[in-house]
Amino acid sequence: MLLGRMIFRRMLWVFPVAFGVVTLTFFMARVFNGDPTELYVPPEATDALRAQIRARLGLADPLPVQYVNYLWNLLRFDLGISFTTGQSVAADLWDRLPATLELGLVGLSLGIATGIPLGVIAAVYRERWPDFLVRGVTLGGMALPQFWVGLVLISIFFVSLRILPGPVGRLPIGVPLPAKITGFLMIDTLLAGDPALWWQAVRQLVLPALTLGFSTASPIARVTRSAMVEAMQSDYIRTAIAMGHGRRVVWFRYSLRNALLPVVTLIGGVAGHIFAGAVLLESIFSWPGLGQYALQSIERSDFAALQGFVIYASLLYVLAFLVVDLLYMFIDPRIRA
Amino acid sequence: MSGVLLEVENYSGAFWSPTNELVPVLHQVSYRLKTGAMTAVVGETGSGKSLVALSIFGIQPAAFVCTSGRILYRDTDLLGIDEKEMRSLRGAEISMVFQDARAALNPVFTVGRQLADVYQLQHGGGRSAAMAKAIEALRQVSIPEPERRARQYPHEFSGGMAQRAMIAMAALTCRPSLLILDEPTTGLDVTIQSDIMELIVELSRQRGLTTCLITHDLGVVAEICDEVVVMNAGRVVETGTTEAIFTAPTETYTRRLLAASQLLEAAA
Repeated sequence: MLLGRMIFRRMLWVFPVAFGVVTLTFFMARVFNGDPTELYVPPEATDALRAQIRARLGLADPLPVQYVNYLWNLLRFDLGISFTTGQSVAADLWDRLPATLELGLVGLSLGIATGIPLGVIAAVYRERWPDFLVRGVTLGGMALPQFWVGLVLISIFFVSLRILPGPVGRLPIGVPLPAKITGFLMIDTLLAGDPALWWQAVRQLVLPALTLGFSTASPIARVTRSAMVEAMQSDYIRTAIAMGHGRRVVWFRYSLRNALLPVVTLIGGVAGHIFAGAVLLESIFSWPGLGQYALQSIERSDFAALQGFVIYASLLYVLAFLVVDLLYMFIDPRIRA
Repeated sequence: MSGVLLEVENYSGAFWSPTNELVPVLHQVSYRLKTGAMTAVVGETGSGKSLVALSIFGIQPAAFVCTSGRILYRDTDLLGIDEKEMRSLRGAEISMVFQDARAALNPVFTVGRQLADVYQLQHGGGRSAAMAKAIEALRQVSIPEPERRARQYPHEFSGGMAQRAMIAMAALTCRPSLLILDEPTTGLDVTIQSDIMELIVELSRQRGLTTCLITHDLGVVAEICDEVVVMNAGRVVETGTTEAIFTAPTETYTRRLLAASQLLEAAA
């Protein structure tokens, strides 16, 4: 089938793009952080020790050899050793991935589930009070920094009202994690047969997820609104109305499907951003995810960890836009032609 | 008022300008569509002919306001009824074919699906029965291989084929008494234009439709229309039978319009 071939061709494109990304990462790391040896040795170290370390890090080899080694290691998911955790970077990333994914999935779902309906409502009630309300609130969601919104929510719900727990990570302090099966606490706690623990994890998740959802819903609502307004003024919507279709069909069936195209593109970008780890958000909520890992690796000049994170984040974007393009093929028949 | 299906009576309207002033665009427009007849509304671009047609449906642009007049359809004032009553008339009683059919069909649904949606809306029934009716309608407007075409999207249709599908939707899937065609052949090849006009005439006769053809192609008007309404700058200049308008126009504007189109034809 034609569509199948198009999907296959699009998926093949992932490889050259991914190759470009990892190559760029390699050379950028060499250019901007030419010799990380200094990070590993005390200032009074002898030249011999430095040379020894450099050789062990593989930095003594000529650049092309380093590059080939780097590619070969990548193929085996070997991203080097983080000198702060002492573990392999790949294992570190893998450990922290579920925390970021769990928060990201919940936050993104919240953002989509509120952003799209709000955008539709604003478009339907254009230039009337629901539109002004949505536009005002979403303007706030885009203009206010995520960490600030997070802090305000903490001060309201934890400090003042005392109805939600403080920003201490995925579980209250001192509560051990359940056995790792999926890494998602929402699932693992239930698999462990511990609904009380599940509830504790949910309560920890509420504030960071709300913060993420708010900042995600805002651009989604605004793009949905403008795309809906455009669709609703189109010739084909005039036709649908002239044929006697009711408002709901016109809005939700005939307009929304067309309006979703730019929204899907936006969600792809937002998803890439979220799953790469919302750095400041994770710091504020002490969320043990990838964003915090990246921040720590920058603070401590943890060369291998940072490089591993950059590779992960870039590949994630490549993947996110692959999904966007595939969705496009399903939503817009014109792209299939 | 027997013999008249729709009557536009002293219809005036204006647009809100960006500076919040009303700019009058329609002045006391009055004309009648006789039952079973084909009436042409002619005039240059911007004369207000489409605006009146859109007003009949209640789908005029949001910035437009009616300042006076009535539009009577079978003795009901269409300007006085609410949205729900208007919706029950759309498609069922009055239907419309638009200019540029490829843009007038929804790009993300198959042509067959769009016709079937309208069929289900107007006549009820299940999805597959509606799709069968949609294919049948496409066949009746002489679209070759209607089963395959029904599964295609508007962008896969040529302009002429899309207009045939649009006509199938407006005149066959809907079963209106009044069919309004807003420049249905503009932008099509000349040979295709005459095919489409033939189809329109054939369907109107077959179904006993009252037709209102909005156009600036006077050649077509002379050939197929019974009555003519001449509009200019938001006013009705002259109305009459086609014969009267073409042989003995009383107004200077009508004469100039006729002269201009004859010059064009002579040059062509």
